Amino acid sequence: MSMVRVKADDRHRVSLTVNGRRRTGHAEPRMQLCDFLRHELGLPGTHVGCEHGVCGACTVLIDGRAQRSCTQFALQAEGTEITTVEGLAEGETLNRLQAAFRDHHALQCGFCTAGILMSATHFLREVPAPSEAEVRDMLSGHICRCTGYDSIVRAILSVAGEGGT
Amino acid sequence: MTVVEDARDEAPPWVGRPVPRKEDAALLTGRARFIDDLAPLPGLAHAAILRSPYPHAEIRAIDAARALALPGVLGVVTGAQIAEMTETVPSVVRTAPPYRPIAVDKARYVGEPVAVVVAEDRYLAEDALDLIEVDYAPLAAVTDVMAALDPAAPVLHEALDGNLAQRRDFTYGDPDAAFARADRTFRLDYTFPRSSATPMETFGLVAHFEEAPARYTVWSNFQGPFVLHPLMARALRVPGNRLRLITPPASGGSFGIKQAVFAYIVLLGAVSRKLGQPVKWIEDRLEHLIGSSAAGARAGTVEAAFTEEGRLLGLRYDNVANMGAWMRAPEPASVYRMHATAGGGYDVRDIAISNRLVLTNTVPIGLNRGYGGPQFYFALERIMEIAARGLGLDPGELRRRNFVAPDAFPYECAGGSKLDAGDYHAVLDEAKRLIDYDALCARREAARAEGRRFGIGFAVGVEPSGSNMAYVSLAQPAEERARSDQKSGAAASVIITIDPSGRATVQLCSTPNGQGHATVAAQIVADALGLEPDDVDVVTDIDTQRSPWSIASGNYSNRFAAIVTGAIQLCGERAADKVRRLAADALEAAPEDIELAGGRVRIAGVPDKGLPLARVASRAHWDASTLPDDVTPGFHETVMLSPDVLGPPSDDDRIASSVTYGFVADIVGVEIDAATGRLSVESYVSVHDVGPRMNPAIVEGQVWGGFAHGLGAAVMEELAYDEAGNFLAGSFADYLCPTATEMPELIVGHVETPSPQNPLGAKGMGDGSSMLTPAAIANAVADALDRDDVAPPFRPMTLWALANGREVRPPAPAVRDDGVPSGPDVLSGAGEVVLPRPPDAVWRMLIDAEALARLVPGCERLEETAPGRYRGEVSIGVAGIRGRYVAEIEHTSREAPTRLVLRGQARGALGHGGGGGEVRLEPVGEGETRLSYRYGARVGGKVASVGQRMLGAVTETLIGQFFRAFAAELADEAGEATSFWRRLFGRSDPS
Amino acid sequence: MKPVAFEYCRPETAAEAATLLAEFGFEASVLAGGMTLGPMLNMRLVRPTAVIDISRLDELGEIEVAADHVLTGATLRQADALSSAEIAREVPLLARALPHVGHFQTRNRGTLGGSVAHGDPAAEIPLALVTLDGTVQLRDARRARRVPAREFFLGALETARRPDELLVGLEWPRAAAGEHVAFAEFAERHGDFAIAAAACRLTRDSAGRIARIDLGLGGVEARPRGLTLEGPGDVEEVVAAALDGVEAMEDRSASAEYRMDLAAVLIRRVVEAAG
Ligand code: FES
Ligand code: FES
Repeated sequence: MSMVRVKADDRHRVSLTVNGRRRTGHAEPRMQLCDFLRHELGLPGTHVGCEHGVCGACTVLIDGRAQRSCTQFALQAEGTEITTVEGLAEGETLNRLQAAFRDHHALQCGFCTAGILMSATHFLREVPAPSEAEVRDMLSGHICRCTGYDSIVRAILSVAGEGGT
Repeated sequence: MTVVEDARDEAPPWVGRPVPRKEDAALLTGRARFIDDLAPLPGLAHAAILRSPYPHAEIRAIDAARALALPGVLGVVTGAQIAEMTETVPSVVRTAPPYRPIAVDKARYVGEPVAVVVAEDRYLAEDALDLIEVDYAPLAAVTDVMAALDPAAPVLHEALDGNLAQRRDFTYGDPDAAFARADRTFRLDYTFPRSSATPMETFGLVAHFEEAPARYTVWSNFQGPFVLHPLMARALRVPGNRLRLITPPASGGSFGIKQAVFAYIVLLGAVSRKLGQPVKWIEDRLEHLIGSSAAGARAGTVEAAFTEEGRLLGLRYDNVANMGAWMRAPEPASVYRMHATAGGGYDVRDIAISNRLVLTNTVPIGLNRGYGGPQFYFALERIMEIAARGLGLDPGELRRRNFVAPDAFPYECAGGSKLDAGDYHAVLDEAKRLIDYDALCARREAARAEGRRFGIGFAVGVEPSGSNMAYVSLAQPAEERARSDQKSGAAASVIITIDPSGRATVQLCSTPNGQGHATVAAQIVADALGLEPDDVDVVTDIDTQRSPWSIASGNYSNRFAAIVTGAIQLCGERAADKVRRLAADALEAAPEDIELAGGRVRIAGVPDKGLPLARVASRAHWDASTLPDDVTPGFHETVMLSPDVLGPPSDDDRIASSVTYGFVADIVGVEIDAATGRLSVESYVSVHDVGPRMNPAIVEGQVWGGFAHGLGAAVMEELAYDEAGNFLAGSFADYLCPTATEMPELIVGHVETPSPQNPLGAKGMGDGSSMLTPAAIANAVADALDRDDVAPPFRPMTLWALANGREVRPPAPAVRDDGVPSGPDVLSGAGEVVLPRPPDAVWRMLIDAEALARLVPGCERLEETAPGRYRGEVSIGVAGIRGRYVAEIEHTSREAPTRLVLRGQARGALGHGGGGGEVRLEPVGEGETRLSYRYGARVGGKVASVGQRMLGAVTETLIGQFFRAFAAELADEAGEATSFWRRLFGRSDPS
Repeated sequence: MKPVAFEYCRPETAAEAATLLAEFGFEASVLAGGMTLGPMLNMRLVRPTAVIDISRLDELGEIEVAADHVLTGATLRQADALSSAEIAREVPLLARALPHVGHFQTRNRGTLGGSVAHGDPAAEIPLALVTLDGTVQLRDARRARRVPAREFFLGALETARRPDELLVGLEWPRAAAGEHVAFAEFAERHGDFAIAAAACRLTRDSAGRIARIDLGLGGVEARPRGLTLEGPGDVEEVVAAALDGVEAMEDRSASAEYRMDLAAVLIRRVVEAAG
């Protein structure tokens, strides 16, 4: 490999793995990763709520870690492995975390939900049996305007310590 | 099979159970489709909107040539062009200038649209925004509602004499007599800030114009009220049937604010027509915060008259409402939402209300969770708390003594609202029980004994739901109302379809944004038809060309539970009736004897004689010619209903403004750390009477969500402007919303009294907590600090100041006599340096344009245009935040070589600013000079709205850079001089 | 809210990155985690000609324990530093500061070097570095240099890094036996930049008096302040020394007076906590 340099108006080919599939798309250097996922790869489940790294709606897993996708660029994702909300369910069945969100009414409009699910997925892998305070600390990187968070906290705690998601 | 069905027969009704939501599977798997996920047409182009960086400015010219020359740009449309193609949007306040969604000759608030760019993608469209040059002539601005009433205040609309758009005074009963006979009266002057519900999904739309005949189709996340549809059609100059509005299946929250999408439907509709091009526009978060809409700020006075025993005799309200820069329909509805219920849940007959509607250089206000309620209850519940203390009564007890009695329902309020059902005493008692009120009081005493600041606050109130379409017209005098067509009611519509395979689909016009309407509708219809909710599909997206909508359609004023569920229930019964008639025919029984259960129809008492419902119902499609006489072919049952109670307003300004009135009682205990100003909510209880809860889990979610909004508004959220009109809360780092770590525990309780207004007994809900939480917290804060001059948001600095007797906001004049601005939100500073040259040398350099050009960081050009006047271009930046600014500086006073006073202004892509400074020179030591300076400046535009936190520090850093360069240059000069001296005299030191 | 068009460069080595900086200078933005630069790009506050992406430079992502300091590479992610046993053992003050830096999601991407290079007056990582009297390693296309952290921060968002220099690493003095550290901050919400923050490392004499203290104050002035006091005695002396000559910033969430009050509260808190 040698240094990559892409001119400002070049549409550069980006290859990566998304939800277990090899995908390619094209992006100019300035294209945000969230736009690339949504509009270039056709995965609109990742939402955009602020484009300045605060609200957490755009959170996806990049190489297993929950990260904002609005403050990174598509070209940076070359060769990475990304999981979006579309990749969580087991076939046509909600995974345990998703089901817990449904069972606890942990969503209303659902716009913030994708990002929170991705954060919680990574978080529970790192902290399998968190306290409520730890869950709230993790959630403080997300804004939800509908739920007041309590149901989200309970949903996450309900799957914690039970073999993860 | 039979066994299972029998088991299902025994099951309780679906209504009333916390069933999981139908909406969730799609949302949890990323399959739900929101507005930005839609590409309903090929060839969409993308719009970006140029917005005014000034709070008030004439628009002298717009030059879009460079933008239009950019490859990929399809067009630029200006306000003047839009004005030619559209009509204005009037409000019921005829004295207020009608609204336009874009500035034409003059911009009146920061963020007001000025031009629209359409390009092949959003990135290019934003590039083009940077290239449009607008020649603005900034004008003085006013944002504070009381300041705007000052005769000397800048006037927004020349058509008005001043900024008061309207004043109306109302009298119910005889308030003057009530105050005259009162033993005690209490009075509070208050202010309430501007906030915004900020749903996580911003506004968005796709606008498409077709010709012959002229027709608009707009996909958008507009959420009603659809009373705005005829206004939009009129603005776009098409008949109503040629404006087709479509909503996507999912909406990422609204809390009312997406009502204001209507402005962009008009704006982008017109742009699509002008450019002959379908256009997509997705508002970004900066645009949303700066320019979408807001919950209005208020100032006012409230007075209450009591007997010694604590009987409330009368109320007087003087409401001064900040409407923003325009009276945008449906405003002034927020000011009238609580009008007919101005006694809250109290039995009080004598009320005076004065409403002044004031225009200021701020974003126009509109629907926002609680809609007028938080402002109203702040006044009423603060004065009740103050009265309780004044009368020496427990605040809960004072309220109890004045509640509408449980046997007084239905109760007609002084203003005409008909309170449907309730037991307010029971709700408050339950709240006291749940929070263990005596223990809470004991805790307060213990904390106070230790010198800690602990306070308890109450707030109680009715929660009006299901708005009468006519209540806004209270803003018109009766004579004026009489001149237009009478209005009343609030029509709701539902269609239940059973398709040829026998499956049920419900169609709603309630445009939900996350409230679970589909789930509740399915529960109701499942009960009516003997199905499971999973069997019933619900369609909630509206298409005005196909849906059975009316002007009241949409999602606002908690109307779903209050009105729509009644329509669903009725429609479900009609569908069931039709099934019964079909079944009666098939089973040779009387329709009254047919039961619907377990997905089957059967004869009562003969459980094994039955048929699948699907088979019976689908016969209406398949065997249309042999149907019984009273059964119509096909299966589309439609119900349109409007609650009878919602009559037109009376000539004496009374109206039944809502259908149902839930009740909420909140009690909160807070502690304030005087050292830091940190507020901690120690316990909070909220008890609601929403009637029977159709889905308790959904109700719980609405209570929590309303609480979060109320808490945010009480303690951190503020759509802030400085006094000069610059916007200061342009990002989610500047406009603070609560996160999971800021939410206290909330104890939720329920008391259920069924409403007679609704077949299910349901009352609307969702707004209640957002209405009452700010008042409850304010009462607790006032109690903790033992002072009544408390105004939210209770941010730490505010509480620290209140707790320590400091000024909350120093009321310094904005501009001091010497031209150096100071006061709140002014970037100011002072400093001094000792320079290695005598004052006259320093002075020369200070007024030398060439020298300054070298020394001002990033100065690219500086010329003296007249003595003491300079014009320059500077490229200023820190951390790569570089912008080019055109600056004009003027020396307003020169006293060589001791004092220089200057003022100036600068503007550029990232912002604009203006200010002044003073420099003093004083000789010190051996040929040295002490230069002392102070400055004050106001900054506006993007850097101000998203960079509040850093501006002061960055300014200080830049000024520091300048004086370092200045000192270095003088040192060089001194150094040269030194060597000159040395050469001349052979001495090492010039002294 | 989309960035201006820029050239994207992803060098393979720090040397290559420095060469690019020599080429673009002021016109380039160095992208590490992007937690600050990303938003500034999206808002078009920053309009670079080129973005130099160093986020994948493995050579800058290491933790090395040297004789007297721990070296953290510029692109070491905050989450990795937080979970590092070496950091917890050798630089406990950093380990205490990191949970206050942003959020779980931003620490997963944000870097130590990015925070220091940005020079936000309220940022926790610069404050920890200044408190401990650590060092910033820089290099340009030709040579490397080391700048003491207490001289590195010049003002708000202004540092001693020249536009053609790359921040390559941070040197954190290793903890010594008998010393205690503490970190405290006051922010409006959890994870926000602090209105004021304080950090300290101290040792006490056998009588329990403060023998030596390294103290840091963040968020109060345009740059983090670090100072070392020998034998200050008691807490109030530390407070007085630390606030001597401080001119606090003002913004909408805090007046200068309030910041000074908070600063005193926080200094007391850290000194007592490190007791
Ligand atoms: S959209 Fe990325 S954090 Fe808000
Ligand atoms: S569910 Fe609507 S924002 Fe979280």
